[in-house]
Amino acid sequence: MTAVEAVLARTFREDWARIVATLISALADWDLAEECAQEAFAAALPAWRRDGIPDSPRAWLTTTARNRAVDRIRRARSGAAKERESAAAETAELDVDLDALDSGIADERLRLIYTCCHPALSAEARVTLALRTLCGLSTAEIARSFLVAEATMAKRLVRAKQKIAVAGIPYRVPPAHLLPERTAAVSAVIYLIFHEGYAATSGAELIRADLCTHAIRLARLVADLMPDDPEVAGLHALLLLQHARRDARVDGQGTLIPLDEQDRSRWDAGMIHEGLTVVRWALRRERVGPYQLQALIAACHATARTAEATDWARIAELYDRLLDLVPSATVRLNRAIAIAMRSGPDAGLALLDTVGDHPLLSATRADLLRRLGRATEAADHYREALQHTSNEAESRYVTRRLTDLDRQA
Amino acid sequence: MRYLLLISADEETAEQAMAAANGPSFDEWFADLKRRGVLDAHEGLHPSRMATTVRVRDGEVLLTDGPFIEGREQVGGLALIDCRDLDEAIEIAAGHPATAVGQVEIRPVR
Repeated sequence: MTAVEAVLARTFREDWARIVATLISALADWDLAEECAQEAFAAALPAWRRDGIPDSPRAWLTTTARNRAVDRIRRARSGAAKERESAAAETAELDVDLDALDSGIADERLRLIYTCCHPALSAEARVTLALRTLCGLSTAEIARSFLVAEATMAKRLVRAKQKIAVAGIPYRVPPAHLLPERTAAVSAVIYLIFHEGYAATSGAELIRADLCTHAIRLARLVADLMPDDPEVAGLHALLLLQHARRDARVDGQGTLIPLDEQDRSRWDAGMIHEGLTVVRWALRRERVGPYQLQALIAACHATARTAEATDWARIAELYDRLLDLVPSATVRLNRAIAIAMRSGPDAGLALLDTVGDHPLLSATRADLLRRLGRATEAADHYREALQHTSNEAESRYVTRRLTDLDRQA
Repeated sequence: MRYLLLISADEETAEQAMAAANGPSFDEWFADLKRRGVLDAHEGLHPSRMATTVRVRDGEVLLTDGPFIEGREQVGGLALIDCRDLDEAIEIAAGHPATAVGQVEIRPVR
């Protein structure tokens, strides 16, 4: 990669959201803002090769994108492109001082984030908008990530933006009384993106690392912009600590490797260190929430030198506190596993009856039965688990367990 | 922004359930609307069994006794409001006593 390409790639990663946010404020037109930002990035490569890298790449890109928008609106006004006319009328005041707009830099991006993650949009729409507008992924890239046709994804984006405009979803940072719940909604979107990358719900790859990376970057951005909310930092830490294990989670054939069998030397020590630093910082605010608790649990695993050295008593205790805050099937399931590790599989099995519906219930029951040496029952539950997963790596894991059991029998 | 609030609930049980839910009263909700100065129109409706549904097919007027969609949950009231944005409309809708037992659909007006 040449120096120009490297700077451009970095600017895209770090400044795309800020550039789009500034443009949306000036143009009041999301599509126009995104299209012109994209064109500006495309124009940057030849221009910078020719003239050198500008002092402020972001300012160059913002100005270039703005000029393109002005051109387009002028052309639309002259009657060449009828469909842009209404947009042009609304953005007649294009002589806004972009530098002045940019002074409330953090706010610009936050407005965009809260609008993209507004709870009046479907979860699907929020995830898609966040990836397109905040992370700058193309429609084709998002479609590939979620294994849907590009046309389907394009339609989803159009509808989401239509709803923002037609339903009057405000483009702003929510007022104080709405802020905690809306920030939680933002965190939920980031977590969804990460989760889709971490345990892809379908398809051949267990991990889609690029989605995880985007989610981590977004979490860092929101945590930086919302320093008063330790839960966002908790989320950031949680994602770092989970993603640090990515290389050890699947083997060469793409089969899921359970935590206790992972080669811990392949965990990303730098990322673990960063995660621990972030969670420590969050805890100092003394407002512990679900993401911080989950980060602490992930930290227990990340700092255990071997699987045997894992402090299961502490993990079980953290799950007790998490269950008080989030009484969900997932938390009950994971708490049962932690208690099985602390007090023996029997104790865990007894708790599984109280979990409720969960896609991993059969596999978990099978694991505990296997550890108790009840091979026939374990095999039955592994077979049931096979019918519940559409993820190929998970299927391969369960199949491997079944084969092992058959061999022992 | 103008929105139509479609207030619906189980017709048979809504009134008792609302009384039992111990949420905000209708009067409180209505006073809040007035205070905000957002109310364009508001009407309560007779039960859906009083409705008549009209269709014209091949030039023939066809009538059905009852609402266009059968079901326990029926629209019982409408409010037309003109407020700042969807967040304010959500706040207003959430203050209606029917939300505790039924729901309010917020539809932007063209």
